[in-house]
Amino acid sequence: MAITKARSTATYAGQAYPITDHTFDVVVVGAGGAGLRATVGCSQAGLRTACISKVFPTRSHTVAAQGGVAASLGNMGKDTWQWHMYDTVKGSDWLGDQDAIEYLVRNAPAAVYELEHWGVPFSRTESGKIYQRPFGGMTTEFGEGPPAQRTCAAADRTGHAMLHTLYGQALRYNTEFFIEYFAIDLIMDEDGHCRGVIALKLDDGTIHRFRSQQTILATGGYGRAYFSATSAHTCTGDGGGMVLRAGLPLQDMEFVQFHPTGIYGAGCLITEGARGEGGYLTNSEGERFMERYAPSAKDLASRDVVSRSMTMEIRGGRGVGKNKDHIYLHLDHLDPKILHERLPGISESAKIFAGVDVTREPIPVLPTVHYNMGGIPTNFHGEVLTKVDGNPDTVVPGLMAIGEAACVSVHGANRLGSNSLIDLVVFGRAAGLRCAETVTAGEKQPELPKNSADLALIRLDKYRNASGGTSTAELRGRMQKTMQDNCAVYRTGETLEEGHKLIHEVWGGITDIATTDRSLIWNSDLVETLEFDNLITQAVVTMDSALNRPESRGAHAREDYPNRDDKDWMKHTLSWIDDEKRSVTLDERPVHTYTLSNDIEYIKPKARVY
Amino acid sequence: MAEFNLPQNSRLTEGKAWPKPAGAAKLTEFKVYRWNPDTGENPRTDTYFVDREDCGPMVLDALIWIKSKIDPTLTFRRSCREGICGSCAMNMDGKNGLACTTGIDECSGHGKSAGKVAIYPLPHMPVIKDLVPDLTRFYAQHASIEPWLKTTTPAPEKEWKQAKDDREKLDGLYECILCACCSTSCPSYWWNGDRYLGPAALLQAYRWLIDSRDESTGERLDNLEDPFRLYRCHTIMNCANACPKGLNPAKAIAEVKKMMVARQV
Repeated sequence: MAITKARSTATYAGQAYPITDHTFDVVVVGAGGAGLRATVGCSQAGLRTACISKVFPTRSHTVAAQGGVAASLGNMGKDTWQWHMYDTVKGSDWLGDQDAIEYLVRNAPAAVYELEHWGVPFSRTESGKIYQRPFGGMTTEFGEGPPAQRTCAAADRTGHAMLHTLYGQALRYNTEFFIEYFAIDLIMDEDGHCRGVIALKLDDGTIHRFRSQQTILATGGYGRAYFSATSAHTCTGDGGGMVLRAGLPLQDMEFVQFHPTGIYGAGCLITEGARGEGGYLTNSEGERFMERYAPSAKDLASRDVVSRSMTMEIRGGRGVGKNKDHIYLHLDHLDPKILHERLPGISESAKIFAGVDVTREPIPVLPTVHYNMGGIPTNFHGEVLTKVDGNPDTVVPGLMAIGEAACVSVHGANRLGSNSLIDLVVFGRAAGLRCAETVTAGEKQPELPKNSADLALIRLDKYRNASGGTSTAELRGRMQKTMQDNCAVYRTGETLEEGHKLIHEVWGGITDIATTDRSLIWNSDLVETLEFDNLITQAVVTMDSALNRPESRGAHAREDYPNRDDKDWMKHTLSWIDDEKRSVTLDERPVHTYTLSNDIEYIKPKARVY
Repeated sequence: MAEFNLPQNSRLTEGKAWPKPAGAAKLTEFKVYRWNPDTGENPRTDTYFVDREDCGPMVLDALIWIKSKIDPTLTFRRSCREGICGSCAMNMDGKNGLACTTGIDECSGHGKSAGKVAIYPLPHMPVIKDLVPDLTRFYAQHASIEPWLKTTTPAPEKEWKQAKDDREKLDGLYECILCACCSTSCPSYWWNGDRYLGPAALLQAYRWLIDSRDESTGERLDNLEDPFRLYRCHTIMNCANACPKGLNPAKAIAEVKKMMVARQV
């Protein structure tokens, strides 16, 4: 029997917290696309695997991905993984690690076929193959040819179709789910090994201590650090927060992707596939302005480029609407049949959230925070890295990270649309394969350190009883406003200096936080406070990393440093926090300027023009 | 004649009326079901006044506004806020739906409640707290239909081919978000929820039965051949009315019944 359950009680500030102990070979935290794929892989490898999630798996934010999943299947015309690799490197503005990118694009087709074999209801071509659509930054002939049709789609509900299918596979492999368990903190031992995780069971308030040989963080991004995000309310980067508190670094946190087409006001996503199917943007003069900014790719330039162009139009007084503060996305010229077949979901969203009939009117849109390129640094096996004694590739034993939570880094300074869904399944699978190699099923695990629950329970108890003068919602609002105002599409030294001051003030304000709900049953006031604690540290390192990088690369656009500086800044940013002193330490890691195999040469940096 | 009454501890009481926010020009009154198992008290309805000029248009916006500005103890599930994750399913103005895609102005109230927005958890499910129902059984029923592709033919190197019109048969089925609005609106499910699978699970069952790639039709139908699991659907159609994605589970159930008959003749 691999699992042992025992009960004990720990007391913090006079409050007794009963603890239930579990032992697994592998514990996966998060049940989105990456977490579920890793869970299935570990289960297939015969490892006793637990999957912990704060929401029921099909509520994870993968469900909201729309446009598709990139893989060079070549169903719509010739395509190769080498072209996909070139586009991804260029999209990353040469900050992506090319060994990891090669791993991603070469494994992409098999990963998509696997999803199809598991039942994903992909849209189809006339010949019954998987339908693929054009997407931003995806080209042929190493950027010289016409746009590639590489993005495999299930209408505009690809993430939903994938997540539900992956959940079905997890059921098929009898996954042990721990649903509506909120992971609070990692268990780290004296040698810096990760030994598991502490979680709060929401429906009864009990504490669960998971001991494992490998802990895989698949906790997603931290989009909710910003005021306006396409991200779900639950995208609070809980894994990143846990890693920072464990004394480990995050990487490239200054790179925050703004999706060009969030619905104005509501922030809900309108897929890039809308432009892939022929949609285009106009300003107040009715001009298709992308032709000026990206003469060749136009509306299908990469996301950072389109978001900056839209911002320039609005700044130039050519925004639409009463306040001239947004842009129109036109789909009204497209055949309603095509809209119904390929874009039914966003047609519905536009109706509900903007009151727009897409067959007749344009959708009001605005660049909206969408994705974190940065995250927990890993190699392409998913193993978490830190920098020790100058070695930037030191593996943290027992800890892995995948999906948006991780920074492999395949997306570098800017992710291409539809490269995240493929990231989830390729690296989710890779993590499973790595566990099969490194973990022995049922191996006896050493006792946990005596203080294994301290960090988590002291924080839990502190926030449950917090009686300061500022509510969690108020502090969270201040953080979101600061990030939105001072660390947005365009940045300057001045806005970042001010942002640095303001965001550190918000971080300091946590000593005055107040919670109201004192119960332990489904205490969402407490959970939102723990989530805020995860968000604020990542907001702080985002701001400080942005201030530290005096160049413009991908999603990080500095008006005071408009050019890319490959000589001094083609490197990853690492950021640590000291949660006691509320200070940040920054360092760097080299970008991997080599590929995985001899099948392709390192793609040398050049000017990034679309 | 037998008389049915709610147990004493289930009777709903009038809860706290929270003060109106100062200086608000346009207010909407919300009556929200509250129950906290920790207190040992009966469930109650609290009254909140939402400042509509400081709040988005959807019911979920109002609930978040209340939680942020008035009462942080108000408990509900929510995530994507765009109608795709299915977390915020609840009963609003007497109708099941997603709080994030239901406009506050769509909930106009009836009779003496006109102008008020009444919010309750999904009906006939055990309540964990406030608007959070326990969906364990609902999820187990979904799992029981084995929601994954089953094939015996060795998988091809590339994708299984599927004709466009075969793929089209999945439209109106695969979009289900497992929010439970349909099942918890179904009187038959209220009565026999322990044995009847309910509209959501049966819609999912049909989604796999009709998938041209699936090779397990007989086994799947065997699994549903039961007086309760499938045949407790009495085409009441509440499910189709309730579905926030515009799907029609009752039609899917009818199709499954047709398949049952077809294989016997």
